[in-house]
Amino acid sequence: MLDYYWTMARTAIITQFQYRTANYFYMIGMIAEPVIYLVVWSTIATAQGGEVGGFTPGAFAAYYIVWTLVRNMNIVFTPYGWEWRIKRGELSAALLRPIHPLHQDLAYFGGWKLVVIVLWLPIAAILALIFQPTLNPTPLEIGVFAIAIWGAYLIRSMFLWLLGMITFWTTRVSALYELYFAVELLLSGRLVPMSLLPPWARDLALFMPFQWTFGFPIEALVGTLSTTELLTGLAIQVLWILIGLGLVQLVWRAGVRRYGAVGG
Amino acid sequence: MGMFRLMYHFFRIGAMNELQYRVNFWIQLLQSGVALAVGLISLALVFSHTTDLAGWSQTELLVVMGVHIMMGGLIGAVIQPNMLRLMEDIREGTLDFALTKPEDAQIMVSVREIRLWRLVDVILGAILLGTALVLLGDAIGPLQAAGFVVATIFGALMIYSFWIMLTSVAFWVVRVDEMLNLFEGIYAAGRWPVGIYPGWLRGLLTFLVPIAFAVTVPAEALTGRLSGATLGLAALLAIGLLGLSRLVWRIGLRQYGGASA
Repeated sequence: MLDYYWTMARTAIITQFQYRTANYFYMIGMIAEPVIYLVVWSTIATAQGGEVGGFTPGAFAAYYIVWTLVRNMNIVFTPYGWEWRIKRGELSAALLRPIHPLHQDLAYFGGWKLVVIVLWLPIAAILALIFQPTLNPTPLEIGVFAIAIWGAYLIRSMFLWLLGMITFWTTRVSALYELYFAVELLLSGRLVPMSLLPPWARDLALFMPFQWTFGFPIEALVGTLSTTELLTGLAIQVLWILIGLGLVQLVWRAGVRRYGAVGG
Repeated sequence: MGMFRLMYHFFRIGAMNELQYRVNFWIQLLQSGVALAVGLISLALVFSHTTDLAGWSQTELLVVMGVHIMMGGLIGAVIQPNMLRLMEDIREGTLDFALTKPEDAQIMVSVREIRLWRLVDVILGAILLGTALVLLGDAIGPLQAAGFVVATIFGALMIYSFWIMLTSVAFWVVRVDEMLNLFEGIYAAGRWPVGIYPGWLRGLLTFLVPIAFAVTVPAEALTGRLSGATLGLAALLAIGLLGLSRLVWRIGLRQYGGASA
């Protein structure tokens, strides 16, 4: 199994490294979003006498620069792709293989992430020069961050797979997806750090996987989480991965039965 | 006048085509509704921590958001689909079909497509804008209303010119699909008045990608911030960009080889 993952990941690395210009364009296009948030919140922090919700402009800069890497780690097989997968019969081929297709996605996108991380470093350096972040992570924080971004990757893979598999039953899914992504945007720490949300929204977010894919990894590196909080966070990530995995198994079995029925 | 007749005919054909797919209207309405809700929530979040943003109150920012959504709908309905088709035609070599028509080629490629349902955003934006103006309570004089209309037209012309130049790049570098992403990312910056951005970024959003003139300036007209000088500059820039885009288009066209040639 490890061998499979390694081969698949290596294929992704080689393929995606060839398309580095396209990858770069994509990553640069992504920068506008955090820069807008950063500017808005820095303006507010400065106007409020230097900080808002415990964040100084420098802390916001650190938050949203690390954001760019975490956002890239959050990119997995899109649920919109499932329609194509089913329509084009890609799935039929995948079903013939003796290995669960989930492994293929996890390994391929995992390998791609390695390329993305390398390409991200110069972008981060330039952003850091422009926006002057305050960032003094401890070795423990760096360690937890390095693990947490992969935890985030796995959680989001599971939940977007779940979302994508709805296509087994209906193809009118775009509105549903938009709704899901909107809730995710608001309650994950992508739009604003969790501490700036009103208390009731934070409570609501406790029951959702979103903040463990976005806010937690970022705050592990830039925030002031205690050692207990850091380790608990990783444990909760594992919990969400397992919940996601269980649900994926459940829906996948039902979905494949359905797929067979349609394909005849 | 031939230009307007051409636009009208293409618009009619495009609209008839889109009217066949009524369900898409509801899908678009839902998507626009979700986007609007996210925008309103972000605004509420910002103003739960402050009372003004770079001199703009919450209601005034609603005006900015209204204009942003309207302009976004206009771009998405009329400008973007035409430019995407142009990119594809250049890549595939099928631009021949537009070039061989007796009308001016630039006008032809600019009016061929319309995404009717994206105009939902124009209506939603207008409703938001109207609500914000009522909330503001200041009477909008005919002068301000005229300023708004004129500024919006200049803004739209600048965005159009920008897109034509961007798309013309396809004559040299065939693959420009990523540009769409890039533009949408940058356009999102117009949700906030450009005054909040640091100097270099403001310059970029004013002169390189003319979002300041497309969104902030029309909003300024409605909130009593617009000076004659700004409007004059907008007029000059709109004409300048339009001329420049014509030039870039012409030079680019010379690069075009065609598929049948």
